[in-house]
Formats: sequence, structure tokens, C-alpha cells
Amino acid sequence: MPEHKVLLSLRGLRKTFDTQEALDGLDLDVFEGEFITLLGPSGCGKTTTLRIIAGLEMPTEGSVHLDGQDITHLAPEKREVNTVFQNYALFPHMNVYKNIAYGLALRGMDKSDIKRRVNEMLDLVQLEGYEKRMPSQLSGGQRQRVAIARSLILSPKLLLLDEPLGALDLQLRRQMQQELKSMQQLLCITFIYITHDQVEALPMSDRIALMRSGRFVQLDTPKGLYEQPHTAFAASFIGETNLVTARVEAIKEKEVLLNIAGFTLPCYCEDWLTPGENILLSLRAERIHLSALPVNTPCRVTGELIESHYAGGERVSLIRLMDGQVLRVRATTESEAEPELGSTVYAWWNQLSGVIVRDDRVSS
Amino acid sequence: MKSRGVVGKYQRSREPLALPMMLYGVLFVGLSLMYIIGLSLMTRGADFNAGAPFGAHNYARIFSTLYLRSLLQSLRLAFFTALFCLLIGYPFAYFMAKASPKARTWLMLLLIVPFWTNALIRIYGWKILFSATGPINQALLGLGLIARPLRLLYTDFAVQVGMIYAMLPFMVLPVYSAVERMDWAMVEASRDLGASPARAFLTVTVPMTLPGVLAGLVLTFIPSIGLFFLSDLLGGSNTMLWGNMVHNELLKSRDLPFAAALSVVLLALTGIVILVYRRMGGRAESMVF
Repeated sequence: MPEHKVLLSLRGLRKTFDTQEALDGLDLDVFEGEFITLLGPSGCGKTTTLRIIAGLEMPTEGSVHLDGQDITHLAPEKREVNTVFQNYALFPHMNVYKNIAYGLALRGMDKSDIKRRVNEMLDLVQLEGYEKRMPSQLSGGQRQRVAIARSLILSPKLLLLDEPLGALDLQLRRQMQQELKSMQQLLCITFIYITHDQVEALPMSDRIALMRSGRFVQLDTPKGLYEQPHTAFAASFIGETNLVTARVEAIKEKEVLLNIAGFTLPCYCEDWLTPGENILLSLRAERIHLSALPVNTPCRVTGELIESHYAGGERVSLIRLMDGQVLRVRATTESEAEPELGSTVYAWWNQLSGVIVRDDRVSS
Repeated sequence: MKSRGVVGKYQRSREPLALPMMLYGVLFVGLSLMYIIGLSLMTRGADFNAGAPFGAHNYARIFSTLYLRSLLQSLRLAFFTALFCLLIGYPFAYFMAKASPKARTWLMLLLIVPFWTNALIRIYGWKILFSATGPINQALLGLGLIARPLRLLYTDFAVQVGMIYAMLPFMVLPVYSAVERMDWAMVEASRDLGASPARAFLTVTVPMTLPGVLAGLVLTFIPSIGLFFLSDLLGGSNTMLWGNMVHNELLKSRDLPFAAALSVVLLALTGIVILVYRRMGGRAESMVF
């Protein structure tokens, strides 16, 4: 994000389909050169947001500004925005060359210039020699590259990617992730990326907008989202976490004392707490340590080891606390001898690892 | 190549199941075709009889101005029928495919219900519409657009209109099926890449629905050459289509061998049209709704 110039801004975006509320008032500023990810479960409104930015859908309310210009009601063909569609949407009746050249040909560019630009793009996405192939003769990964080249050739101000890697197998997906990220950095094009896969979102994005039911839950850097989730949903959607119910015992200056299953332990404070209330504490599974012997640390509870699985590089253990809550713990397997099932173990963590989150779980 | 081998094996193993259908084809299509071809090489006898001498003399007879003119007239009529069916049927099919499910059902009923009525009765309906005292002339007279009733019935125009009317569903159904199967993301992608709605239609929708269009053209063109009752009822005395020729030779002149020769020519024509269709990439499946 070089000079923090706002490229795209969404204001009060609302969209209703019949009676269904798809978007419920979105505000977002995307900076120039940024890689921003809209992350959320299916049906959270991320694709609708993307389609509104692309001009394929009109918002019921609100506005879209690109580079300071109001484009809310502009036709898709008049926007300097291009999209990589979910299932690529390559033209089946055109070969690779014609697919990539399509946008430039529409603009009436000179044939030799088109040829030069298409060759540059084929080089960029490593598909030289595939010009004459039809989309049906390409593998998923190759189609993906054609779809990207077809959009990038127009040098859009903003590239929208709708779950572009969803149809690829895991290994190819990881590889394409890297390529996408380096392409984005090379070309300095702003990317808005849509995915429901948090593993994909974390390493690629400059910022992540976590969505749920047509709203942004949290807009943050990957680190901020992972380390400091604001809500229970944010904490559990990304990574693996324990949502532990605790009672606020006392509020000190910068921290609170919590009671978890009879143990009193400190936690960094959130100012919206009152003593006596029950709160949720998010504890990442891999941030909890286990030991058979007492450890001298303030953030510590004891419980019964009820399950333990060896899972390659790590061991997944379940600890039942006195009040019945179960902690899920992932520890590297190089650590000392594992405690026996049924024995009492000490679970402890760094005070920074316990994050108090707002309870936005859907009661059912 | 390997996969093709697997498919071949799969098909071979299912061959016995196709046997009854094949038998049916040989019996009712193959044998009767051979009968017609054989008949066309004979000479007419008394009444409905035919026999020696054998030869191509029936075909030689066809090369006369009368029959060539009829052939040309038939082809022209079939061409315009296919063309107008496309011009009317494509938009109809397009909007039907894009309409809401409820509207779609109604449009489909509008198209199909007349088909449950006897074709002859529907053509009599056109006769009433076109007659000198019919609603069209009445309306035009009432509006003061014409002073005397127009001669509509028993003209080539009436035959053409009737033919388009009769053939329209055969265009609408395959095109509808093609449009309905379209992946609209392609059109969105085209708009996204800078195409106006018209350009997107021409560069994406049209090529992608082309199989349906080709099937529709074949399905409207071929029957138009052979339909005879339409021109019998709506056409004038000089409307002599190929179908009428066959009909006349068979039932009026009772020259079976010559009628057979005319039929063989019609069959060959149909064959050529289908060959061209296949050559253009058309597939038999596209004709099936």
C-alpha cells in the first residue's frame, strides 16, 4: 500500500433480493495496490458485493466510487474493473488466443499490438504455445491462467477474483496462490479476492474483510484478525480456537481477572466489561501448552486428559475442565513424553494468547 | 485414445439392447426405402401397378421446366420459411428462456397447445382469416386502409404465412433449449471485458446458441419442401410445391414409379441438407428437445 490512496470506496451498500437481505449496509475503502480479501461462509454476501463492484448487479441502496468517480450505476463495460469468474467463464467457442485478445479486440486495437500484448500475457501466465487450444482442451489450472490473462490484459485499475482457485486441487491451489500474489505485486494492480477458505486468505492478503450475513464482522490485517479477533465468529472462522466461557471477577487497570472453572487468572482488558458477567475467551488450540507437572504461570488451569491423537507434526488433545468445558489443544510432538489418558494435566498459555471476544454466536 | 477405447467397449456391450430398435429401423425404414427406390426405376402399368421395363426414365422426366420450376418454388418457400421462423422464433425462444418460470410455462403452452389440435383444422382457421370477408380484410376495410377486399387466400403469400405458422415451433424448441442451457456467466464475462449488450449478444450468445439455430433451420426447412396439404388449402392453382407433385402423381395420375422418383429426389435433397448441417458441426442431439 504505497501512498494510501483510496481507489475504491463502498458507502452504505445495501442489496435485497425479493425479500431477502443480501447486503446490510457495507462501508469499505480499498487502497491502491492493495490485496484485499472478502472472506466468509457461503451466502454471506461476498459474491454479491463483488458483482455490485463489477456492475453486474445494482445495489438497492448506497454508492460505489472508483478513483473518486461515482460508478454506482455505470454499465459493467464502462468500468475499469475486470473480473475473474468463479468457473472461469471462458468463451467455449474461442481458442486461448481469442479469449485473451477479446477485450482488446473490442476496443478496436491494432492487430499487431494485440498480438504483442497477448504474447506478453501468455508469457506472464506461462501458457506460451497454447494459443490454438480450445478451453475444453485445457486443464483446470490452465483455464484459470487464461481467465486471469484475459482480465489482466486490459490493465484494469481493479481486478476482482471470485473464488478463483475453488475448483483446483489442493497442491495446484497453493501454487496458484503464490503466483497470483507475485503477479499482483509485479503489476501493482489492486486485487479484491473472494474466498471462503481462511487458509487461502491469510498468506495472500494485505487486509481481510470478514463477512457474515451481509455485514463486515471485522476488517483487519491477517495478523490482526488471527491474533485479535473481535467476536466469537471471527475467532472460530479463522484457525482453530477454543471459546471458553469465563466470569469476570474483577477489573484492574489494564487487565481483568477471569474465573474459568474455578481458576482465577488474568487477561488483558476490554473496556466493555462489567464484573460478574459471563464472557467468552478465545484461546487458540496451538497456543495452549500441556504439562503433567505444575507450571509457574498465571494463566493456568487443570483438567482431565480425555482424548489424545497423534496427527503427524502435532498432537491433538482434549482436556475436560472441572465445569465440563473441553479444551482442544494442539502441541508439537517433539515435546516430552505425553501424559496418560485420564490423568490430570496442566494447561497453560501466555496471557497475550487469551483474547476476550464478543459473543455473536447464533443461538439455536 | 485410451478413453475412446473404453467408450467403444461400453457401447459394444450394450449393442444387444439396441437390437429391437435396429430391427424396427431395418423393417420400417430400410425396407420401405428400398421399395421406393426400386419402384422409382420401374414403369407404370394399369391402375396402381408397376413393372418392367426398368430404367432411369422417371428421373429423366423430372428434368423439365415444370418440375424444375416446382423444385425451385419449393426451395424458395422452404428457405423463406426457415428464415422467417428464425427471425420470429429466436426472439420468442430467447425471451421464453429468460422469462420467469411462471411466464415460461404460459409461453410454452401458447406454443404447444395449438399442436394438440389437428393441423388441418388450424389451416382452415387461416382460410377464414384470409378470406375476402374474413377478419383481416374486415379490419383493413374498417380502418379505411383499403377500398376493396385484398385477395389473400389462394396466393403464394397465404401458403408462405401458413408454412411459417406451422413450422414455428420447430424453430422455437431447439433454440429455446440452446438458450436455456446457456451459461450466462459467459455473457457477463463479455460485458465485464468491455462488450456492449449488443456486442455481447453477437459475439457470445449467438455463437453459443448456434447449434439450436442450425437444428431449427434444418427442422423447418426440410418439412417445408414436402408439406402438400398447406398449399392445397391455401395456395392458388399455380402453387405447385414438390409435395403437391408427389401427391398428384400418386393419387391423381396414379403413376407410382414416377411419384417414387420424385420422392427419391426429395429424400436426396433432405440428405444433402443434413450433410451440410453435420459439416457445419451440427449434431443430431441438438434437434431433440
